[in-house]
Amino acid sequence: MQGLEVRGLSKRFGGLVVSEDIDFDLPPGARKALIGPNGAGKSTFANLVTGILAPTGGTIRFDGQDIAGLDEAQRVKRGIAKTFQITTLFSGLTVRENLRLPVLERRGRGGGLFRRADGDPAIETEVEALLAQFDLLPFADRPVVDLAYGQQRLVEMALTLALKPRVLILDEPAAGVPSSETHLIIEAIERLPGDLAVLVIEHDMDLVFRVARSIVVLVQGRILTEGTPGEIATNAQVRELYLGGAHG
Amino acid sequence: MTLLLNIAVDGLAYGMILFMIAVGLSVTMGLMRVVNLAHGGFALIGGALAHWLGTEAGLPFGLVLPGAVAGTILIAMPLERLVYRRIYGFGELQQVLATIGLTFLMIASVNLWQGSSLLAITLPEGLNRSVDLGFRQLTAHRALVIGVGALIILGLWVLLDRTRFGIRLRAAVDNRETASALGIDTGRIYMLTFALGAGLAALGGILGAELLPIDAYYPLRYMVLFLIVVAIGGLGSILGSFVAALAIGLIETASRYLVPDMATITFFVLVILFLALRPRGLMGRAGA
Amino acid sequence: MNRRLLSLLLILLAGGAAYLLFPYNLAFLTRILIMIVLVLSLDLILGLAGIATLGQAAMYGAGAYAAGLFAIHVWADPVAGLLAGALAGAALAALSGAVLMRTQGLTLIMLTIAVAQICAEIANRARAVTGGADGLRGIRPGKVLGLWEFDFIGITGYWYAFAVMALVLLALAVIARSPFGLSLRGIHESPERMVAIGVSVYRRRLAAYTMGGAVAGTAGALSAQITQLVSLEAFSFTLSAEALIMLILGGTGRLYGAVLGTVIFMAVHHLAAANDPFNWLFVIGALVLAVVFFLPRGLIVLPTGLKRLAKGGRHAGS
Ligand SMILES: Nc1ncnc2c1ncn2[C@@H]1O[C@H](COP(=O)(O)OP(=O)(O)O)[C@@H](O)[C@H]1O
Ligand SMILES: [Mg+2]
Repeated sequence: MQGLEVRGLSKRFGGLVVSEDIDFDLPPGARKALIGPNGAGKSTFANLVTGILAPTGGTIRFDGQDIAGLDEAQRVKRGIAKTFQITTLFSGLTVRENLRLPVLERRGRGGGLFRRADGDPAIETEVEALLAQFDLLPFADRPVVDLAYGQQRLVEMALTLALKPRVLILDEPAAGVPSSETHLIIEAIERLPGDLAVLVIEHDMDLVFRVARSIVVLVQGRILTEGTPGEIATNAQVRELYLGGAHG
Repeated sequence: MTLLLNIAVDGLAYGMILFMIAVGLSVTMGLMRVVNLAHGGFALIGGALAHWLGTEAGLPFGLVLPGAVAGTILIAMPLERLVYRRIYGFGELQQVLATIGLTFLMIASVNLWQGSSLLAITLPEGLNRSVDLGFRQLTAHRALVIGVGALIILGLWVLLDRTRFGIRLRAAVDNRETASALGIDTGRIYMLTFALGAGLAALGGILGAELLPIDAYYPLRYMVLFLIVVAIGGLGSILGSFVAALAIGLIETASRYLVPDMATITFFVLVILFLALRPRGLMGRAGA
Repeated sequence: MNRRLLSLLLILLAGGAAYLLFPYNLAFLTRILIMIVLVLSLDLILGLAGIATLGQAAMYGAGAYAAGLFAIHVWADPVAGLLAGALAGAALAALSGAVLMRTQGLTLIMLTIAVAQICAEIANRARAVTGGADGLRGIRPGKVLGLWEFDFIGITGYWYAFAVMALVLLALAVIARSPFGLSLRGIHESPERMVAIGVSVYRRRLAAYTMGGAVAGTAGALSAQITQLVSLEAFSFTLSAEALIMLILGGTGRLYGAVLGTVIFMAVHHLAAANDPFNWLFVIGALVLAVVFFLPRGLIVLPTGLKRLAKGGRHAGS
């Protein structure tokens, strides 16, 4: 099968079970959301898929191939990429340089010694396109630290998209972004290429219902249910969970 | 057999010295997260004070030892207040630089005061006497070193495990933010810990002068040795530094006896291999 | 492009001016040039890639001994000797870096010091080859490019060192702007993110460390050829520490910071240490603390800082 195929995935930290027997598919073109209370194991799931963490059990296949033996960098090269829940950028470098780095690496030019980093027109065109796609042109030559947080989240997404991934995992893309700026994030997600498989981990239900065609609910490391936004919105268990969470 | 016992006794004494000097370094590094390259300077200051108190002021060793240790602590406390406290928050590189700067200042000061030659520390007659262990003669001094080392690890264990200070110190090592949120005065704990570490270093410097002779360049010459104890033991672990110091003492002594020409190289290669396999040392905490 | 030509011209001018202004201090000026090469090597691995090291003298010493031995036993040609030194520095860096680049923080710093100490110990033991504590003597380099003989006033030495320094500076300027240089800055800023864009950070760091080793080896080789002597001091901790201090004094990651820091440090050293090396330790200790506390980003920020001050003043005035 094309895309991502997870079977029986589990992860324990010592005695703490953080993922348990997760089955999960993400075919090309998918727009899925993963929701669940804090500490449910959402980030851990993303880290297992991207190879930052090693699972305790289960398999992860990509395009039908078991990828257990690949490390994080190798999975990125295969096309599995993730944004960070906590913004992790090259903060002293400019926005343009932040985007140039992944484009260079993807094209296998990252180790070049003699050309200028900004000397390849094809790469520069691609960087410009990314800047335009995420409305970052006005800040292109500012160091990332100087940007507003919402903008930094956009750089985070643009940087990951620069890797031309086939599977994109967005870990809480709107976390910490003031609500006046979340529309920027939503628009950016809506503009992602149609054949890209996208998984959004998010708390902001507005965002989730805007972008997801299918929602997976994770509770204490297990999948509680999966369904269309309509089904999830009316699911009694989920409502209880979220109302209970809101009260507790 | 005799050889093995010789190695054991000499290595043990040497290890105890290393432990006394390095334990303060390990705890301050684990607690304050400061890379302190100047720590050996406190052993030097202790040694220089002992030299001066013994040879120039003519005091008996029984007064020289506590006097020099107390003097070192009196120098260390304001230093912690004025310099170290300001560099705790700095990056690693700035800390390295600042403490190298301090090391240079300590060397220059001791040189200005006592000159650059060897600073002998006169031991009382009694300590040079031999104790017959049956298989070999052991100087009373070696025996004293081993005894004091054992007492110190015991004392530290009691201090950390049985006193309020110890509980607070461990809380602060484990998690600084939580500790201060719980109302623990971390500033005071830092200073007391720092002073204790400096005092122990002075004690180790004086008692170990026979093995690691004192002169102005002492802190630079043995910097790596002390850092190795800390790195192998694991930052912030007292038991770790104890085990590491004894192991290093035994291994270095053994290689001196067995492969005298290659001792230093053998020793360093072993250290590098060990740290390549266990970068956090024996008892280093993950993610610290 | 223009800016690069301009800086090149400026460097040439400075070299010529120094030569004309201090004709009786050529040995000292040459020493500065050699140190600049060493500090530049440090700027590559520490300033760009963020690898904290206190053992750059290891590669410097390796280059010095290699060039010295090469001149004595193989071929007296200076340029070939430089290559031998660079190769030795790179080889040592690659070998030790294979382990060191897996560690970080305190362990890394300590191991870099340890590597230099091991080298010193080996050189000390291998007396038959290296001359041990007496140093390696009898280095008689041939004519530079078969044209210029090393003279006792040091004119050839000065221009030879100057040319090497300028070439190293140029090469590093190219590397700093290259994709590789950018990736080193990326690693410095966020190693996690570099992995997340598909880079083996370990290999990149090892490559940078090896290149830095080649440059440091070149500096050592220069020193061996020009002073015609290599001593165990080449591996000393003090040398590593001073190189680091010069870099921080000038400012990291900009190359010209390395040049500036070295020149100022060496000049102060020349004036302060003339009569008493221990006085010098007072000066350098105080200098380091002053830099750390008051100028953490080095002297290169002074011009922008002053400009900002001046601007601020005008704003306040208007
Ligand atoms: N490296 C780790 N070691 C131990 N426990 C961890 C680690 N990472 C996460 N956890 C624990 O796993 C659980 C799930 O964390 P996480 O996946 O971050 O949750 P979420 O992203 O859903 O909020 C939490 O209880 C967290 O404390
Ligand atoms: Mg999370």
